[in-house]
Amino acid sequence: MAVAEPILGNDQDTGQSVLAHRLARTWRQPRGLWGWFSNTHHTDIGIRFMVTAFIFLLLGGILAVLIRLQLVRPENSLIGPDLYNQVFTMHGSTMIFLFAVPMMFQGFGVYVVPLMCGARNIAFPRLNAFSYYLYVGGALVLWGGFLTNTGPDVGWFAYVPLSGPAYSPGHRADIWSQMITFTEVSALGVAICIATTILRYRAPGMTLNRMPILLWEKLVISLAVIFAMPAVMIASGLLLLDRLVGTHFFNPAEGGDVLLYQHLFWFFGHPEVYIIFLPGAAIVSTVVECFSRRRIFGYTPIVVSVVATGFLGFSVWVHHMFATGLPQLSESFFTAASLMIVIPTGVQFFCWVATIWHGRLQLRLPMLWCFGFFFVFLIGGLSGVMLASVPVDLQVHDTYFVVAHFHYVLIGGALFPMFAGIYFWFPKMTGRIADTTLGKWHFWLFFIGFNITFFTLHFLGLHGMPRRVYTYGPDMHWHGLNAVASSGVVFMTAGLLVFLVNVFRSLRTGETAGNNPWGDAGLEWSMSSPPPPYNFLHVPTVGGRDPLWDDPPDQPVVVGLRDDIRETLVTHSLDADPQHKDEDPGPSIWPFLASVAVSAAFVGSIFTPWAVPIGAPLVIVTLVGWLWPHGPSPTPRPAEEV
Amino acid sequence: MNAPVRRRLTLDVSDLPGVAFGHRNTTWLANVFFMVIEAMMFALMFATYFYLRTRSTDWPPGHLPPALQYGMANAVIFLVSVVPAWTVRKRAPEGDRRAVKNGLLVLTAFAVAATILRIFEFSTLNCRWSDDAYSSTVWVLIGMHSGHLVTELIETVVLLAISFTPKMEGTRLADAAINSDYWYFVVITGLIVDGLIYGTTRFL
Repeated sequence: MAVAEPILGNDQDTGQSVLAHRLARTWRQPRGLWGWFSNTHHTDIGIRFMVTAFIFLLLGGILAVLIRLQLVRPENSLIGPDLYNQVFTMHGSTMIFLFAVPMMFQGFGVYVVPLMCGARNIAFPRLNAFSYYLYVGGALVLWGGFLTNTGPDVGWFAYVPLSGPAYSPGHRADIWSQMITFTEVSALGVAICIATTILRYRAPGMTLNRMPILLWEKLVISLAVIFAMPAVMIASGLLLLDRLVGTHFFNPAEGGDVLLYQHLFWFFGHPEVYIIFLPGAAIVSTVVECFSRRRIFGYTPIVVSVVATGFLGFSVWVHHMFATGLPQLSESFFTAASLMIVIPTGVQFFCWVATIWHGRLQLRLPMLWCFGFFFVFLIGGLSGVMLASVPVDLQVHDTYFVVAHFHYVLIGGALFPMFAGIYFWFPKMTGRIADTTLGKWHFWLFFIGFNITFFTLHFLGLHGMPRRVYTYGPDMHWHGLNAVASSGVVFMTAGLLVFLVNVFRSLRTGETAGNNPWGDAGLEWSMSSPPPPYNFLHVPTVGGRDPLWDDPPDQPVVVGLRDDIRETLVTHSLDADPQHKDEDPGPSIWPFLASVAVSAAFVGSIFTPWAVPIGAPLVIVTLVGWLWPHGPSPTPRPAEEV
Repeated sequence: MNAPVRRRLTLDVSDLPGVAFGHRNTTWLANVFFMVIEAMMFALMFATYFYLRTRSTDWPPGHLPPALQYGMANAVIFLVSVVPAWTVRKRAPEGDRRAVKNGLLVLTAFAVAATILRIFEFSTLNCRWSDDAYSSTVWVLIGMHSGHLVTELIETVVLLAISFTPKMEGTRLADAAINSDYWYFVVITGLIVDGLIYGTTRFL
C-alpha cells in the first residue's frame, strides 16, 4: 500500500476537531440503565472486569481474615468445622476463579490490549461483554450459595470421592462445579477476543518482532487458556454428571477412577498458575521498561521464555499428584519438567535486573510494587524448586509449607504486579494520578504484613501442621507461630484500606494526568486520559518496538476509515500489513440477555437435568437475536467485487 | 500572512475491501479458536475413554458393543454432506447467492437427517449411561457430539433463513463459508467418535 502525502493545511486543528466530534458520535455508547447493559466498548468492560474482580478480592480477603482469626489460638470456637470447610473452599475458589484470572487476564487484557495494539475496540466486543456477564453470573451463583448455607465445602479443587455423590449430598459441590462452567466459558470467550485482537488488530507496522512484550504474554496466555480450560470444564462437567444423573466416571465400584479427576483437573490447574503469573510478568516487563528509561533488555530471550513457559506449563501437572503413588519413572519425568520451568522464569528475572541495572531508575509507585514482586515471587519460586523434588514434596505434602509456597507464588506473581499495574494505568483509566504517599503506605503495610503472615507458614508446615484443619490442640505447639501469622493480616488489611482511600481520594482530587504522565513508550499513552470512545483519532502506524520513543513526530497515521460507521482496520497476523476493513458491531443488549438465558440454564441444571432442554430454546432465541443482521449491511459492495 | 502549511504522512486504506474470505477473516480465526477448544474437549474425553479402558479387563465390560446400523448410516450421511458444505465454501467468495442458498438447504437437510438418526442411535448403544463407567463415557462422547451437531444445525438454519433475504451478502457470505468449516469439524469429530465407540469396542 502506497503512502500518500496529502496537504492537511492550516485548518488542520479545525479538521481534527470535526473528525473527533464525528468519531465520538459514531462510537459513543448508549446511556442509562439499558445503555449500561448494552455497552460493548473494551475500556468500559475492562474496567468492569477489574472492579468486579477487586470486589471479590476483598470478599476473599475477608474469608482469609476469618481463617486467620479461627487459627489464632488452639481449640478456638469462632468458626465450626462445617462453616470452616465452606470458608476455605470459598476463599480458594473466589481468589482463583473470581479474582486472579478475571483481574489479571481478563481485566487488564481487555482494557490494555486494544490500546496497545492501536485498535479502536477489541475484536468481537459482544462476545467480550457476554463473557463479563457470564463471569458475574458465576460469581453470584457461588456467593449466593455461600450466603444461603450452600457454599461448597470440598476444597477449591473439589477432589473426588469427597465431592462425589456418596460423600457430598446436597448441592454444595454442584454449585462449585457449575461456577467453574460459568467462569471458564467467560475466560475462553475473552481469550478468543484478545488473541484475535493481537493477531489481527495491530497497528500497521507493528510486526510480531515489534510487539510489546505485554502483547506477547497476552497472546501466549490466551492460547494457554484455550488449551487448558477445556480440561477443568470436562472435570467439573463429569463430576456434575456423576452427581446429578448417576454416571460413574469417578466411581471405582463401576469401573470409574478417582485419579482420573485429578489428572483432568491438574492438566488445567498447573497451566492456570501461568495463566495467573504471566499477566503479572507482562505488567512487570512494561513497568520496568518505563521506569528504567530504556528499552527492555533481552527482548527476544524474554519472548522465547514466555512462549517456553506456555509450553512447559502443560508438562508439569503431575507434580501436584506425587503423593498418589505414581510410577517412579513418571515422578522423575515430572520432577525434571517442574525444575526446567525455572529456566525461562529465571531468564525473565535476569532481563528485568539487567534493564534496571543499565537504565536510569525512577522509583515511582508502580516500580516499588515491582520490587515487591521480585522479592516475594523469588521466595515462592525457590520453595517451588524444593517442592518439585519428590522426597521433599512427600514430607510437606498438604502442610502449611505448601500453603506458604503458593501464596508467595500467587500473591507475588499476581497481587504485587496487579498493584503495579493499577498504579501504572490508573492515570489512563481515570485521568488522575494516584497519591504517592498513600501508595507508599499501602505498599509497606501490605509487604510487611504479607511476609509476617506467609513466611511464618513455612515453619508451621515444617512443624507438621496440615492444611484445612479448623483447629488444633494446645499440645501441638503451633499456637505461637499461628498467632504471628495472624498478626500479619492486620497490616495487610490496613494496607488494603489505605489503597481504597487512595483510590477514592485520587479520583476526586488527584493530580491531573495528561496523556502520558510517565513518559512511557506504549501506544496507550498517545491519547487523552481517559481515552475517548474511539480510542485513536487516527489509527496509528508503528515504526519501532517503543512507538512513542522511537517514532518520529511525523510518523504516518492511517486515513480512509469511515467516521460515520464503526469501521476498524484488520492487519496481517505476522507483519501487520493492512488487509481489509471490518465493522465493529456496536452496542447491543443481546449479549446481556444471552448471558441471562445461559445462566438460567446453568443454574437450573443444578436442580434438574430438564433445565437444559427447557433453557436451550431461550438461549437459541437470544443468540439468534444477537447474531441476526440488523439494518443494512455496512459495506454494500457490487456483486462483481464480492 | 497565512500560517505555514503542515503536512503529515498518511497511510490511505480507503481502497481496502470491506469483506475478507478464508483465513483473512477475523471470524474465521475465532472459529478456529472455538474448534481448538472443542477439539481439546473431545481429546480429553477420548483420553478418558482409554484411561477407563485400562481399569477394566473386558471391553465393553458386560455389554454388547453398540449396534452398527444407525451409527454407520450417520457416518455415510456425514461423508456425503461434505459435498454441499464444500459447495457453499467455494461459491460464497464468488458471490453466488443462489448456489449458497441451495447448498445451505441441502446441508440443512443432511443435518436434520443426521440429528434424527442420532436419536435412534442412542437407543441402540446397548447400554445406559448409569450402568457403569464405560456406558457413561459412551453416552457423554456421543452426547457431546450431538450437542455440536444440533448447534451446527441451528447455525445452518439461521444462515439459510438469512439467505432468503437480501442480507445474504458481504460478511454473511463469509459467515456461510465459515459455517462449512465448522461442519467439516462436526464431520471429522463424528467419524472419530464413531471409530471409537463402534470400532474399539469390537477390536480393542
